Amino acid sequence: MLSMVFGSQFKKPNTVLYPFFKPEVVDRFRAKLVFDQEKCIGCKICMRDCPSFAIEIFKVSETEKIFQAVVRLDRCIYCGQCVDSCPKDALVQSKDFELAHFNRESLKVEI
Amino acid sequence: MPKRIEIPLGPQHPALKEPESFTLYLEGERVAASNVTLGYNHRGIEKACEQRSYIQCLYLIERTCGICSHSHTTAFITASEEVAQVEIPKRAKYIRVLIGELERIHSHLLWVGVAGHEIGFDSLFMYSWRDREVVMDILAMLTGGRVQYSINTFGGVRRDISAAQKEQVLKAIDILEERTKYYIEVATTETTMMGRLKNVGGLTYDIAMKYNASGPLARASGVTRDVRRDDPYLVYDELDFNVITNDGCDVFGRVVVRALELMESYKIIRQVLNNMPDGDLTVKVARKVPANEATVRYEAPRGEDIHYVRGNGTEKPERVKLRAPTMANLASITYMLDGGYLADVPIVIAAIDPCFSCTDRAITVKQLDNGREGTLDWNKLREYSIEWHKQRGFDAHKIKLSI
Amino acid sequence: MLWSLFFIFIFPGVFFLSSYGLILEYLDRKLYARFQNRVGPPWFQPLADFVKLMGKEGIIPTHADKGMFKILPAFAMAAVSVVILYVPLWSTNALYSFDGDLIVILYLLTIPTLTFFLAGWYSTSLYATIGAVRTITQLFAYEVPLFMALLAPAILANTWSLSGVVEFYSNNPWLALANIPGFIVAVIAVQGKLERAPFDIPDAETEIVAGPFTEYSGRFLAIFRMAIDFELVVTSSIIAAVFIPFFSTNLWIGIPIYLAKTILIIFIMSLMRALMARIRIEQMVNFCWKFLAPLAILQILIDIIIKVLV
Repeated sequence: MLSMVFGSQFKKPNTVLYPFFKPEVVDRFRAKLVFDQEKCIGCKICMRDCPSFAIEIFKVSETEKIFQAVVRLDRCIYCGQCVDSCPKDALVQSKDFELAHFNRESLKVEI
Repeated sequence: MPKRIEIPLGPQHPALKEPESFTLYLEGERVAASNVTLGYNHRGIEKACEQRSYIQCLYLIERTCGICSHSHTTAFITASEEVAQVEIPKRAKYIRVLIGELERIHSHLLWVGVAGHEIGFDSLFMYSWRDREVVMDILAMLTGGRVQYSINTFGGVRRDISAAQKEQVLKAIDILEERTKYYIEVATTETTMMGRLKNVGGLTYDIAMKYNASGPLARASGVTRDVRRDDPYLVYDELDFNVITNDGCDVFGRVVVRALELMESYKIIRQVLNNMPDGDLTVKVARKVPANEATVRYEAPRGEDIHYVRGNGTEKPERVKLRAPTMANLASITYMLDGGYLADVPIVIAAIDPCFSCTDRAITVKQLDNGREGTLDWNKLREYSIEWHKQRGFDAHKIKLSI
Repeated sequence: MLWSLFFIFIFPGVFFLSSYGLILEYLDRKLYARFQNRVGPPWFQPLADFVKLMGKEGIIPTHADKGMFKILPAFAMAAVSVVILYVPLWSTNALYSFDGDLIVILYLLTIPTLTFFLAGWYSTSLYATIGAVRTITQLFAYEVPLFMALLAPAILANTWSLSGVVEFYSNNPWLALANIPGFIVAVIAVQGKLERAPFDIPDAETEIVAGPFTEYSGRFLAIFRMAIDFELVVTSSIIAAVFIPFFSTNLWIGIPIYLAKTILIIFIMSLMRALMARIRIEQMVNFCWKFLAPLAILQILIDIIIKVLV
């Protein structure tokens, strides 16, 4: 144990100073959702399959089939089931994980 | 005769990572008697499962515990697939085994760190958790999440493994194998550590069989019980591995068992990666599941995990029951703590690898004076607690809940 | 009169002890972190901890004795501060010295441990009581080897004054090699006095929360922690003075030598803290009486023999 402990003095430390140094995230990391409005057909399968009732689809205009998705970031568990269930691939997951806010209302975002 | 004092190793304590109440009766530094009270982490998961579809339940059950999350999902989804009578493709089974063994590595390395911290050896804690980051990065690369992997879906798995990812996993396994050998060497030669771990928390073979210990706790007392060998599920009947037992019957034996199980896991992962067949990842399963019931046992890193699922023809399960391994292992705790020192209490509790989040589920209440059995549902429990508080001078009847 | 105030408050009194104590605590924590392959705290972390604790509310439990609760931290700090007046830092003479001050120093260093015991006892909380009893048991174990190891060089030097010991060894530096067993015993036993691993049994975080300091918070805890930092400076200075005989009256050479000596001792203590697990109290008493005390007796014998020969 002595040689390893002593040798660590001369190696680069394994921890990083987080806010000043951003670590890189792997590809296909499951974080915040991104919505493609052109592809959505309003079937609401994502709403039915969400385990925590986090996503809501609203119809924006009366005449055309344009829909809007609102996600509650505090309820979303970032499982990606809505991404898998969507028949038109309108939802994808990005790598944006720094989602902290100071008040609860600002966690209900339109994506 | 020294006086007995009663000290609570209560729900909040730096030794416990999760809340549980132990009451110790001490005479000087020796523990004369002890008592366990469960229930601080009951979240009503089994009841919540009855109101969600099978796919939604899957994610809920995954969040029973952070360390053994894949064990719970795989057991639940295997039970559901038996209820629905579907057979998943071979490749999906291999991927489930791969993630399961990676989770076992992650859990055992975490345990080595926690054990080091409980005996005051923080350097081992920091080094083993540094190596655990290698496993967590691999799991994040394969599945997209570091703690909850969500690789299972009803009928198979969600993501595939490419050839480049396979190479990276094999390289990481080589690094980890070298480091594990180093930890085995440290654990067996460091004098202060051996002084804390040997002859501590003894559990003989007979007591382990009587109290139904499972997992590494039982295997360190010589009991050869491993669900992967006794009742093979997924593809364990095609893989070649040893069941590690040790006759130490003390905490040191448990350390050895877990460290050697790490080496076996590396062997299994190499076999899985080299022999993985090609094929589909999922089969299509209907949303409405027929009326049937199934029980599945799974070897979680902590022991034997039992799941029971009953469907009734709709898309929501009728009853889901989990029995986590720590529930079985806790019965041996009072036997192991009595007669030991106060200084040994944290390491003995840590040696059963407690995961109290998994443990607290619905139980049957038996009234001792008249032998009646029953379950208290939510409204009856609320009435019972209002009565209890009224006897102590606090009237909660007027409080209206907005649920 | 003005000089006395200067010595008490500025140097080598409270101001020097607190600033050097904070620097040594930072070095200890940074070295400990680097031994574990982590980054470690920035240089102002111990000062920030002290300032934060002074600003928090100090809560006194209902059943605890209010007077003793408040006065004990000040007692610990005062006892340790007095010791530095008798320790030679970089010249061979301390600020005040008289024949027998080595015994007075050792006696004064026992007082902080007693205040920890009383602090735990008067807190009337279960964890604090167990921690207090462990502190006193540990005192019983390491005190005798520490005393013997520090008194053995004095036997060779033929004087009971610390300044006299230091002067003797600066004049005959080769005789300091005979004290190496005593150096080992002193460094190990001082880990017990400072309650650091492997002897941090009274302060065992995973067993009894914080031992005698469980009920302490706010400014009382800040003063206790500062007293422990003072102890770091004082004990490392004493060991540096007795066992490593390099001194110089020239300030430009003397101060760096003093800093190098104390930092070397802190390095050895951090290394011990990183390498070993915490042992149980009965294992510690066994170890100290079966291993450290005979080694200290051996050291005394070596010194007596050399004194007779030389």
